Amino acid sequence: MRDFEYEAPTALADAVELLAGANGSAKLLAGGTDLIDHVRTGRLEPDLLIDIKKLAELNVLEASDSGLRLGAAVPCYQIYGNEQITSNYSALADSCQIIGGVQIQSRASVGGNLCNSGPAADSTPSLIALGAVCVIAGPNGTREVAAEDFCTAPRQNVLEAGELLVELKFPAPGGKSGSHYRRFIPRNEMDIAVVGVGAAVTLDDSGENFVSARIALGAVGPTPIFAQAAGDALAGQPANDDSIAAAAAAAREVATPIDDMRGTVEFRNHATAVLTERVLKTAIARARGEADGYTIGH
Amino acid sequence: MAKKRVVSTTINGNQTEFLCEPRQTLLEVLRDTLNLTGAKEGCSNGNCGACTVLVDGRPVDSCLVLAVEIEGADLETIEGVACSEALHPVQQCYLENAALQCGICTPGFIMSTKALLDENSSPSEDDIRFYLAGNLCRCTGYDKIVRAVQDSAELMASNGIDGVQIDR
Repeated sequence: MRDFEYEAPTALADAVELLAGANGSAKLLAGGTDLIDHVRTGRLEPDLLIDIKKLAELNVLEASDSGLRLGAAVPCYQIYGNEQITSNYSALADSCQIIGGVQIQSRASVGGNLCNSGPAADSTPSLIALGAVCVIAGPNGTREVAAEDFCTAPRQNVLEAGELLVELKFPAPGGKSGSHYRRFIPRNEMDIAVVGVGAAVTLDDSGENFVSARIALGAVGPTPIFAQAAGDALAGQPANDDSIAAAAAAAREVATPIDDMRGTVEFRNHATAVLTERVLKTAIARARGEADGYTIGH
Repeated sequence: MAKKRVVSTTINGNQTEFLCEPRQTLLEVLRDTLNLTGAKEGCSNGNCGACTVLVDGRPVDSCLVLAVEIEGADLETIEGVACSEALHPVQQCYLENAALQCGICTPGFIMSTKALLDENSSPSEDDIRFYLAGNLCRCTGYDKIVRAVQDSAELMASNGIDGVQIDR
């Protein structure tokens, strides 16, 4: 593997300084499951790796009445192993359980998944559906960006030189809420999404009508896509087959997939609608506290 | 060239120090520096699981970990699984079920199996297949491996983890 230096700062300010001082020749190391492979194969050529796992701010995992704080370096297994996340932010747990196998989940972080900014990233649609906000630190202080605005093109995002993702902040789900993420892959596990859909819904007290809904799509565009109109149109509608079918059709409208080895445009458009329906139904069942019928890998 | 670092860690219960360059993976150091060649290099990109070891009890692909990252960690490799008198129940059950042919994937499978059974002492067939999805086998076939894991769970439920006395 290429020769590089390694630093593991314990203060966020030091990490920012190292990153800003490296003039683009440094890469941040969290779980390393993408980064180390990219360096080994020469797709990335850093002179310095900055290990961010010793920064307290990036290891925060705190669920309270005011919402969820998730440090950018927290590995997947800690996320789906957290009971508050599995019950109140289920889509996020769903994503983390199907990213790679257990070996990858021991190391890979949701922050890393977001910063790699792949169009098929399994956790990003969940972040968008759950309304996550990205907290970014840099030489000029901190700023916040909505998860749906983070990725700008395949492998590109809003991070400026010297900036790093610190944490993701999620609003507390109100009332009867539920969320879900699932993807289509030709295998049962260990594969890249052909299409992925995440949704979060809030129902009224009767559990019969939508108060709000957010839907996000993966692998059907150059970035993960926030299907905002499809979700917004559900507000005030009864949660039934008709409204769900309309949302699925609206989600399909904003998908802009390409043909590639994993799927055709036609298939991906179709699967976007099918998965949106299924994901909404599971999210609704969870909001109502009913059995959701979801089994990982099926 | 980046300066070599001293890394202190515990490997299979033994306090160990080694020198490594930042660019060396844990797998490289285990095999080439420490002579622990049980973990195998398969794909080198986190797909096959042949290099699986446990870091602080968690299974990881050692090809995707830098050796410098494991400073202070507790490491378990296939070399530490059997005791001098007996195979670990998981190893015994892999043998008895013929859950290996060429054996390249076996150390990784056994480490993942161990981690699974530490987390979940009575996994369903689905649980087993899902947990072992990050370990690939090209010759034995997964059914025998799944049966070996099921038998391991049963054996450990009745005997504990103290191992199986084998007739030599």
